This record gives sequence, structure tokens and C-alpha cells, in this order.
Amino acid sequence: MASHKESIIREPLITGENITYAKITTDVLSPVENAPNKAWWIGFIVSALGALLWVFAVSWTFWFGIGSWGLNKTVGWAWDITGFVWWVGIGHAGTLISAILLLFRQNWRNSINRSAEAMTIFAVICAATYVVSHMGRPWLAYWPLPLPNQFGLWVNFNSPLVWDVFAISTYFSVSLVFWYIGLLPDIASIRDRATGLRRRIYSICSFGWTGSVKTWQRFETVSLILAGVSTPLVLSVHTIVSMDFATSLEPGWHTTIFPPYFVAGAIFSGFAMVQTLLLVTRKVLGLENYITMFHIESMNKIILVTGSIVGVAYLTEFFIAYYSGGEYEQYTFLNRFTGPFWWAGCMMYGCNILMTQVMWFKKIRTNIAMAWVLSIIVNIGMWFERFVIIVTSLHRDFIPSSWAMFYPTWVDVSVFIGSIGLFFTLFLLFLRVLPSIAMAEVKLLLKSSSEQAKKKQIEEGHLDPVQVQYYKDSLIPYDTVDLEKYENA
Amino acid sequence: MSSTKYILGLFDDPDVMMHGIDKLQKNSIPIYDVYTPMPIHGIDAKLGVKESRLGYAAFMFGCLGGTVIFSIIYYCLVHDWPMNIGGKPYFAIPDFVPATFEWTVLFTAFGMAFTFFYATHLFPGRAPRVMDLRATDDRFVIAIDAKGNVSHEDITNILKEAGAVEVKHNTRKYVSYE
Repeated sequence: MASHKESIIREPLITGENITYAKITTDVLSPVENAPNKAWWIGFIVSALGALLWVFAVSWTFWFGIGSWGLNKTVGWAWDITGFVWWVGIGHAGTLISAILLLFRQNWRNSINRSAEAMTIFAVICAATYVVSHMGRPWLAYWPLPLPNQFGLWVNFNSPLVWDVFAISTYFSVSLVFWYIGLLPDIASIRDRATGLRRRIYSICSFGWTGSVKTWQRFETVSLILAGVSTPLVLSVHTIVSMDFATSLEPGWHTTIFPPYFVAGAIFSGFAMVQTLLLVTRKVLGLENYITMFHIESMNKIILVTGSIVGVAYLTEFFIAYYSGGEYEQYTFLNRFTGPFWWAGCMMYGCNILMTQVMWFKKIRTNIAMAWVLSIIVNIGMWFERFVIIVTSLHRDFIPSSWAMFYPTWVDVSVFIGSIGLFFTLFLLFLRVLPSIAMAEVKLLLKSSSEQAKKKQIEEGHLDPVQVQYYKDSLIPYDTVDLEKYENA
Repeated sequence: MSSTKYILGLFDDPDVMMHGIDKLQKNSIPIYDVYTPMPIHGIDAKLGVKESRLGYAAFMFGCLGGTVIFSIIYYCLVHDWPMNIGGKPYFAIPDFVPATFEWTVLFTAFGMAFTFFYATHLFPGRAPRVMDLRATDDRFVIAIDAKGNVSHEDITNILKEAGAVEVKHNTRKYVSYE
């Protein structure tokens, strides 16, 4: 129940004074109910231009075919699959936050799950466009589905590529359902505050939500079960993506470590993207009281843990290449440092492993500027990881006579940059029309985990002074807490 | 005869509202429904709302999804057109696991979501049956059917004593039909 007092040694999840339920609604809805500010417009125009570039480059690809990319007979997969895996990986954090952290009862997820889930959906949209455009003949995109056809043939369910079709489409649609059901109560809040046409539109979108006892009870059951099924789902998706590579006989791809390695990498890059977006969002939309230093540090800890898991996977790969005695395998891994793509290898290992290890220091984890820069570094590093795995493995494998280089064309580059534009366009539109924080879930925390509730507990006395001191010390890194208030308390 | 149809007690605190429910029940005043901006645990038990059976629906849909896709795969790859891949068995069950798993999850999620929408009468375009517009913002609303035997004044007093910040006598059931 909402009246339970939380232990004082836990950091607050909502900071600020005089936060009421109404203030939460007003604060969260302020970007939705008011005209956007300059920062939003600048971001939107730049992103929309990027999205236009994407439309142009993808249309070009469809018109002239895959030949407009830099692919050749040796390197048949390059920036397209790199971009695809990168976006799918980014799409993993949303469901991790909304599902796995829900099962573990991590209350700090409540204020970041909404935008992380939205990010998931937009990232998977970007990934899906790569799948369609790399097919070469996108009008035949329905061929991986087991539909009766005039050839009398069926799709090969033994193939990871077919599993991938099932995994990605299920992941996208289930994430969408999870996200939208969570949005219903918040859309109803917008509806009940709006008038005229806005009310009518949000009324349709709210499905007639009222917040009655039965609705909430069923809502919670649905959320819990969706979290339960989404947890194995999110792990299965990147496992299957990794099997696209691991079940081939290509040196550098043919390893049993790929599924856990890819899943950890996906969570790693996904959290980095959440961090990139939220650090900007909280500032621009003025949501610093709801996305606090505790959230930032928690995400940094997850980035550190998953980054270290990825590091262990890298070391294991190198060791097994050495230990297996397979000379093709050994060459592939040496080639990552000594071959013509050595710089990509350095970016991969440097950005993902070396740079993130600095997060062992609390000073760095709680430094907003550093956290943001590091999240960008991780995003870059994870793109290079996929590039190294795909292109550097393919370009020199078994027969030296078929070795080749890969050089991207302007179309490759434009599709990639354009997909980032598309992603940000969708995300910025989301911030304008839907609440970026799950208001109903944050309201649940107000009476137990907010700074003001904790402060009241301190003022009431009866607490162990050592614990109170510990709590006060934990508030020092917060950028939204006025420490002077605690001087005399 | 009064034209009041429903009496609403508006609370600004969930715990105070919970005590309000207790108080009304002690006075044998039947509660029509409670509207809250966030899920409050324990109201369902107080009001005697049975536990949701959506979990059973989810399980059945999951079984259905797994069975459907496994049957499709079996029909395609084992029955209709077995492919000889290096002499390996046609009925390669481990290979069928990923797609079977995905459709189990897919059917579970969609089946349960649509059952939820159906049972709760949620669909795009449904007129929201809202009794008070602030129930989705910062008010915890207890609604009482005014047709009962208790005098409206008594209900009002009990709600006020329980800590309601406002008591409304609504002559229409819903405010959102305008």
C-alpha cells in the first residue's frame, strides 16, 4: 500500500519540494499541453532532414537495387546488417527496463520505462527497414512467411533467418502492445484535461479508460504477465539474431558464445541509448525531479556490468581462437588488429571495454556530462563491434584470392545517417503527443520513495542517526537536491 | 424527490480514501465503484472484487499459439515437403523450438490483451464513462449509488468525516458524454 514507509537508506526516486499528484501530472504533461520550445524545434528540424535523407537513400536503393551499396562478392553483408543489429540491440533496453526490472520490483524503472519502451519501438522500426531494404526486392518481403504459393514450397524453419522473421515481428508487436496498454491511463489523464478536438482524439486513443477498480486490477495482471513473457522474449530475440551468424561456418562468426555475448551487448548498447536520450530529455523538458541522479547512476551501473560481460566475451573469443588451433579462426582474430580494418577493431575494443571501465569510479558515474559522453562512446563502439564482426570477418576468410575490401558508397552512409534521423523524428514526435513518463506509476512512488517523504521521516525523528547521515551523504551527487535544507535537520 | 443519481467522495490521498471505504462499509453503505489515477492495492479485496482470471486466458492462448505454429511447421517440413539436408532427420524438433516459442509469446500477449479489452469494454472510440474528470489526475473518487436507503446527508457526512476534500451530488451518472 502507498502508506508503507521506505527504509531511509534508499535514495529518493522523486526529488523536489511540494510535489503533489497534480504537480506530477502538470510537469509530465507540460510538453504535451504546451507549444514546443526552441530546442524541440531545432531538434525536430534536424531530425526531419535526416529522415528525408533516409527516404531519399532508401528510395534510391529500391530504384537502382542493392548494387548502389558498396557490397561485393566477398563482403555481401556490410552496413545494412551492421545497422540492423545495431538498432535491434538498442531496442533491447526498453523491454529490459519495462519487463525484467518490473519482475525484480525495481521501482526506479517507473520514471524511465515509458520513454525507453518508445525508444525500443522506434529502434525496431529502424531495424525492420534495414531488413526490408537489404532484401534487394522489397516487394517480395512476404517470402519468409509460410504462405501457400504456386511453387508448392515452404520456408525453411531450420534456418535462423526464418526464426529471425518470427522473433523480430513478435518482439515488435508485443512491445507495442505492452507500451500501449501502459499508455492507456496516461492518455486518459490527457483526455480529461483537454477540450474540443484534442479531447476527442485522446478519447479515441484512451479506449474509454476510467480507472475503476476492476480496470486497474486487470491492468496489473496484464502488466505482470506481459512482463513475464517479454523477459524470455527479449533474450530470445538477440539470441536468434546472433544465430544468424553463429550457425554459419564463417571464422569469427562460428562460435557458441554468440547468444549470451550478443544479448549482453544489446542491453549494453540499449542502455547507452536510453542514457543518451534521457539526459537530454530531462534537461530540455525539465523533468530533473523525476529522472534523478539515482536513475542515471543505476543505468551507468548496468552499462558497466553489461560492458564488462561483453569484455569477458571478447577475451573468451580470443582465447578460444588461440586454443582451437584453427588457423582460419586464429587469422580472423589477428586480422582485427593487424588487417586493413585495424582502426575499426580499435574503435570496438577501445570504446566498449577500455572507456566504460572508468565507470567503476562513482565520481564518473554521477557526473552527468561524463555519463552522456560515455553513452555516446558506447553507441559508437557497439556500431563498430557489429561492423568488425560482419565486415572484418567476411573480407578475409578462407581463400586469399577472394579477399576484398569494403568501401561504403554515399547510399550506405545516407541510409545509416538517415535511419538515425528517422529514429529521432519519431522520438521527438512521441515527446510532443504522449507523456514521456508513466505518470500513474510515478504517482505510486510519491508517498514512499520521494525526497519529501524521506525528509518528513527524518524530521519526525525516531531514525538511526547513522542511517540518516548515510542518506544525506547519498544525496550529495544529486543535481536537484538543495543540501542546505538538510544542514539543520 | 432529489435528482441526485450518484454521490461522489473526492479524496486527495489514497490512504485516507482507504479509510473512507472502511467507514462507508461499517455503515453498510454500498459502494458503486472507486476511480483512482493509479493502481491502489487492496481496494479490490475490500470491495470484494474477485481475482482476475486473465492469467488462465493467457495460458490457454499461449498453448494455442505454440500448438498452431508447431503444427504448421510439422505440416510444412515433415509432412508436405520433407527436405533431405545431408540425411538429417526431417522432424528436427530443436530447430522448431525458436519459432514455436515466438508464437507462444505472440498469442499469449495478444490473446490476453484482447481478452482484457473485451472484458473491460475498452476499445478505440468508446465513450469514456467518467464520473469525475480529476479521477485520472489527482483525486481518488468513491462513487455511491444514490438510490440506496441511506439519506444523502448521512452519506455526505460520513464522507466528510472520513476526510473527503469534496463531496459531489451528481445528477448525471457520467460527465463525459458532452
